[in-house]
Amino acid sequence: MSAGVGVDLENLWIRFGDFVAVRDANVNINGGDFFSFLGPSGCGKTTILRAVSGFLEPSDGRVLIGGNNMKGIGPNKRPTALIFQNLALFPLMKIWENITFSMEIRGASAKERRKRADELLDMIALPGQGDKLPSELSGGQRQRVAIARALCAEPDVLLLDEPLSALDLKLRQHMRTELREIQQRVGITFIYITHDQGEALTMSDNIAVMKAGVIDQIADGKTIYNDPSTAFAASFVGENNVFRGKVKRVMGNEALIETNRSGDLVARISSANQGRMKEGEDAMMFIRPEAFTLAPEGASGDHFVTAKVNHEEFEGNAFNIFMEGEGGKELKVSIPNLGQSFEDHTGQNITLEYETNNAVCVPAGELAAE
Amino acid sequence: MTPWECLTFEWFGALFSDERILNGIWNSILVGFGTVILSVSMGLAGALMLTQIWPKLRATYYTVIIAPILIPGVVLGISTLVFWDRINRMLGLGADSFLSNGLFLTIIGQSTFIASYCMLVLVARLQRYDIALTEAALDLGATHAQAFRKVLLPFMKPAIASAAVLAFLASFENYNTTTFTFGEYPTLTIELAQKVRYGITPAISALAFIIVVLTVFAALANEANLRRKELVAKARKEATVEELSSGRIRMPGFLSSNWAAVALVVVACATVVVVGTATVYSPQQCIADVQEQKRLETEERINELRRQRDLRRQQQQEAEQGNAAEPNQSQPTGNNSGFGNVFAPSALSGEEEEASEAEEAPSGNNSGFGNVFDPGSLNSGQDN
Ligand SMILES: Nc1ncnc2c1ncn2[C@@H]1O[C@H](COP(=O)(O)OP(=O)(O)OP(=O)(O)O)[C@@H](O)[C@H]1O
Ligand SMILES: [Mg+2]
Repeated sequence: MSAGVGVDLENLWIRFGDFVAVRDANVNINGGDFFSFLGPSGCGKTTILRAVSGFLEPSDGRVLIGGNNMKGIGPNKRPTALIFQNLALFPLMKIWENITFSMEIRGASAKERRKRADELLDMIALPGQGDKLPSELSGGQRQRVAIARALCAEPDVLLLDEPLSALDLKLRQHMRTELREIQQRVGITFIYITHDQGEALTMSDNIAVMKAGVIDQIADGKTIYNDPSTAFAASFVGENNVFRGKVKRVMGNEALIETNRSGDLVARISSANQGRMKEGEDAMMFIRPEAFTLAPEGASGDHFVTAKVNHEEFEGNAFNIFMEGEGGKELKVSIPNLGQSFEDHTGQNITLEYETNNAVCVPAGELAAE
Repeated sequence: MTPWECLTFEWFGALFSDERILNGIWNSILVGFGTVILSVSMGLAGALMLTQIWPKLRATYYTVIIAPILIPGVVLGISTLVFWDRINRMLGLGADSFLSNGLFLTIIGQSTFIASYCMLVLVARLQRYDIALTEAALDLGATHAQAFRKVLLPFMKPAIASAAVLAFLASFENYNTTTFTFGEYPTLTIELAQKVRYGITPAISALAFIIVVLTVFAALANEANLRRKELVAKARKEATVEELSSGRIRMPGFLSSNWAAVALVVVACATVVVVGTATVYSPQQCIADVQEQKRLETEERINELRRQRDLRRQQQQEAEQGNAAEPNQSQPTGNNSGFGNVFAPSALSGEEEEASEAEEAPSGNNSGFGNVFDPGSLNSGQDN
């Protein structure tokens, strides 16, 4: 698709009294991108979206849409359409009236509106349902109506505030693909907000990971998953095992970490932190459950971890081993099920091996609360 | 004579030919509509303000806005009068200016507290309003005015209707505020109050009957409407897409599940029958019959009294004279014997008074009730 209208946040601050909801956010969103803000509840995602759509004036900094400063421009004058966290369909209007509300405002005739509504209803796979009321639709159908209503306004930027959070798991997964399809079809910029890392990873071109009003990392999904820049990003996106310790030695883009429990381990320094890890400083290293393999007994070295097995479970596609980990948290290992034999290790000490490239270390920081 | 002894509709006629009552009803309706418009808009503004105001001020604001309900209507009436009179004088206007107009003052005076009622009704609905709906409308390009008109107002419509009905009823029945402000425009309650000072006539009962019937009708109509909407909503929910698009939904029978409506229909039929029979039957004849019956009863009573009196006199004479007196003494006038008057003067006069009172009764205008039943007395307002 041709480049749509981009959105830029420059040094954006939003305060409520003394409380800082968004702290110095700098984001460049390319036109036509599917961009996600990912973060736990209350981290300021909705606040950012409201600043983009014009319901909130930034305390500081600027919001640019298509390169134009949006200061002083009200929500009804911005080329954005917002899909609310609770959808906010007009309960007393029929579906077709809901969908074409923006046309009514522009003074379109009922006939034109009907026609456009039918087109959009076909697009969202709800043909012939235009005469129902929102209360007469299922959650997933309402969801799609909200999308159609926003698209009918022909915005340059579509803002979506956790639109799938009210749906059950199966529908949510279905809607993910559908949303992505719609975005590729209409080719406009989508800014998507979620606290579900799965949603963010599957749909987005780029993701901003947020924590308590601060943007930790902006990158595509693969980079965020494999090369997190902060401890929070590493622990929030996907499952991760954490090892705390101190930096013993830095060797190029690798570091030897003296861990609290598992001896000295080697890890790759994440790209954002290269040159910033100093010997003797606190550090954290992360290894994904699926990055471990079982090692022969007694093997030792800087890429082996030995611990006692608490319990094991069989998950179908993988065997999960839960071992004694740090600070009361279990160390999780996931061995893919390829039909191999698998003996029970409960109560025994086993040794695991990983490749240095699959372990990543960052300066010590806050973890995502689980 | 009591109203149920002779069924008649002439009191409705009397009611509707009474200039002052009709004028009162008209004024009440004028005031009612004025009050509805003013109170509902003030109530809506107050309710919106309550949801928008700075949270710390909310409790105070609520107390202030609800206070008029707690203030006696008399105080509101006097205050309205005094306040607008001051303003009137400050502006240097005469006593016949718009600001001292009875209609204006009554509407303003009533609205001071009826607006608070309206606000309570509206706030209840407004609390269920999701402000995101207004934001959604703005986001889709609507101006604030459009968002208000197309989204908030339709949502508030049922509550606005309830508030309007409430305001109208409250205004219609208001007396103690209006009594200070009505000026040249006495409302129905004022007229009634002035009338009942001279006694209650059945015309008032007729009016009460009309008001009760209208109120019940309005309530039932409202109930039926709500129920119909519910049923339609339910039917829509169960309907399939094809049914919806072909508009083939049949509304379930209204009467099948509404007992109040059934009762109403029965009452209506009964009323029609009664009216039909009552008009062929002459109330004058009935009244004459009843009065004739009463005259007969009274005569009997007089005869009885006379018999008793004669009996007593006889006994007295026997006691006095020791021999038998004339046994067939039946003259009502006292001086049948030389001694009779002397021995029982007071008793005799008392009895005679009673008898004369009783004899008067059949002559048509029973002093106890007669005037009251005379429609003519409505205008004359004479004391009995
Ligand atoms: N109008 C407001 N006044 C004061 N504080 C606010 C206001 N709106 C939001 N906040 C605060 O700002 C922070 C961020 O809120 P926001 O709604 O952006 O969270 P979120 O990331 O969207 O969370 P969720 O995933 O639960 O929707 C919260 O701590 C919230 O309490
Ligand atoms: Mg939110």
